[in-house]
Amino acid sequence: MATLKELSKEEYWLSGNSACPGCGATVAVRLVQKALGPRTVFVVPACCTSVIQGAFPFSAFAAPCLNIAFEAAGAAASGVVAAYEARGLKDVTVVAWAGDGGTADIGLQSLSGAAERGTTFIYICYDNEAYGNTGFQRSGSSPYGSKTTTTPIGKKEHKKDVPMIMAAHRIPYVATASISHPLDFVSKLKKAKNMMGTKYIQVLTPCPPGWRFSTEKTIEMGRLAVQTGIWPLFEIEHEKFKLSPPSTALIDKTKRKPVEEYLKLQGRFSQLTEEDIRELKLWINDTWEKYKRLQLSP
Amino acid sequence: MSKITVETGNRVAALACKAARVKVVPAYPITPQTTLMEHIAEFVEKGEMDTEYIKVESEHSAMAACIGAAASGARTFTATSAHGLALMHEMLHWASGARLPIVMAVANRAMGPPWNIWADFSDSLSQRDTGWIQFYCADNQEIFDTIIEAYKLCEDKRVFLPAMVCYEGFILSHTSMPVKLPVQKEIDGFLPPYDPPWMLDVDNPITHGNLVFPEWYMEFRYLMQEAMENARRLIPEIDREYKKQFGFAHGGLVEKYKCEDADLIILSMGTIGSEAKIVVDNLRKRGNLVGAARVRVFRPFPKQEILNLAKDAQMFTIIDRQISYGMEGPLHTEVKASLYSDKGSPLTAGFVAGLGGRDVTFHDIEKMVHKSFKYLQSGKVENEVEWVGLRV
Repeated sequence: MATLKELSKEEYWLSGNSACPGCGATVAVRLVQKALGPRTVFVVPACCTSVIQGAFPFSAFAAPCLNIAFEAAGAAASGVVAAYEARGLKDVTVVAWAGDGGTADIGLQSLSGAAERGTTFIYICYDNEAYGNTGFQRSGSSPYGSKTTTTPIGKKEHKKDVPMIMAAHRIPYVATASISHPLDFVSKLKKAKNMMGTKYIQVLTPCPPGWRFSTEKTIEMGRLAVQTGIWPLFEIEHEKFKLSPPSTALIDKTKRKPVEEYLKLQGRFSQLTEEDIRELKLWINDTWEKYKRLQLSP
Repeated sequence: MSKITVETGNRVAALACKAARVKVVPAYPITPQTTLMEHIAEFVEKGEMDTEYIKVESEHSAMAACIGAAASGARTFTATSAHGLALMHEMLHWASGARLPIVMAVANRAMGPPWNIWADFSDSLSQRDTGWIQFYCADNQEIFDTIIEAYKLCEDKRVFLPAMVCYEGFILSHTSMPVKLPVQKEIDGFLPPYDPPWMLDVDNPITHGNLVFPEWYMEFRYLMQEAMENARRLIPEIDREYKKQFGFAHGGLVEKYKCEDADLIILSMGTIGSEAKIVVDNLRKRGNLVGAARVRVFRPFPKQEILNLAKDAQMFTIIDRQISYGMEGPLHTEVKASLYSDKGSPLTAGFVAGLGGRDVTFHDIEKMVHKSFKYLQSGKVENEVEWVGLRV
């Protein structure tokens, strides 16, 4: 795993950006740039980062950045990769940096296309579990029971499993990450950088105004998501599933913190009934049973 | 030595893409564009084209990939038709707003439902306001020449806008005709490598397309309008330059045929413009002073050329292979808008014809002209818009 010392002291995500206080996505994008270094190009579809990078003529990106339409990150990144290929530039890392709406919903087709074509790039979904930029509407990535402005009494459906959808493309690398575990995240980014083909990383980025928690608790929220097992950390390298160290022990369900500890800190879950919590727990257990089988399969 | 060969419109477009040394082609198949992208696939697989060919999963992605590639410093080409073009709509705005000189062939096809795979201009004219330059071709030679000219124009620093090179599906896309192909070295001389003023470059990083507040947004739009005005000026210049080097010219913005002394001018687009020349010759033999003007560029619209044609003519017969529902044919509208402030404009009669690939023969056009002459004699246009050959 990467160490703190290996992290660049250089800041590629500049100050003066317009993120909300306690923004998890900003923590993630800063780490991404530190991990991947200056020879990185970003393709950003409509998402919170469209706003938080700042308005013309300023930008919080010290790296080149192409903003693109909501559903188009995978395709636009394919074009960037092809052009660099044509121009013989081999040392540039192309990153699509997209929110969960732009990934799980409207952008899934162009992501799938790029992955199926084996495009060499890293697609990072920063997952704040709703359409944050437009004021927090439900997305396919919102969890069961969560309140959003379009699910005012709580979402009735479970979170879409995009990492497994991407794994079904048999791309060389799929991983989940959390900003609460920066070294795990950075190690995964560095590994992805050095592989050919499409790499998919989904990083959980807690969102204080959307999830309705106090702004100093962003990292804590990520940590609880991992510790309760609602957001397991794993990687699938060349189709081999492996839980990441912060989650490995949680294969034993007694090691997982009760999910209530995570839920009770967030206003978006304030209306949950006992039955809702049971439903969520069942879903977490099912997910882990699936991962257990994958982890233990030879 | 240039070479004369017999090719379909789609193959000619593919040959022009090759001749332009395009570096990235993202494409998705749709009738009647399909054989074009098959020809490019063949050129790339055979190693005749040094090109990254991205077989995308939709037209929306085709244009998004074009944008990514052009923004990263590669000359880029794609092609589509009808529903594919409609699906691209959002990205068409993005390409022009991002000021990327992408060139796209459009094998024109009617929009469904009901499904129809044959030619009309309803697909590309629906994209009128996307900030793309629009060319309309009348034969396969013009397809080749226009694609080369389009790159020259779009990559001019005074323009930096994308262009569609449109030609009617099947009528040109699948019809073989003789085409003269210039030698590669001469094309390379005419069209130097793509040298963009900005690109996604890690050594000179910029953020492109981020939020612009109302205090600056209008200026971005004004610069696009200014670029269109520049294109209006440059298109005839480039067409003349092309003629000087390769022998072919297509009239710049408007191809005029025997218009100098004409009482009546047939205004049209695409292959109907070729057919109209037959009508001109036939009617002139009978003593009628008829001319034909083919609008080759719809955006920027050739306002001044229309006004020039109006100076001596008394009647315009305007044929539209498209309809703007609730109004009339878009060419008809644009021509009248161009004439509005002109005192003593000719009378105009609009004809909607050939939708969904229905044939428009010189007999049909002759009937439209006869009707127009009647209007001229009586001094009154009875039917401002007439649907030709209608069966309901």
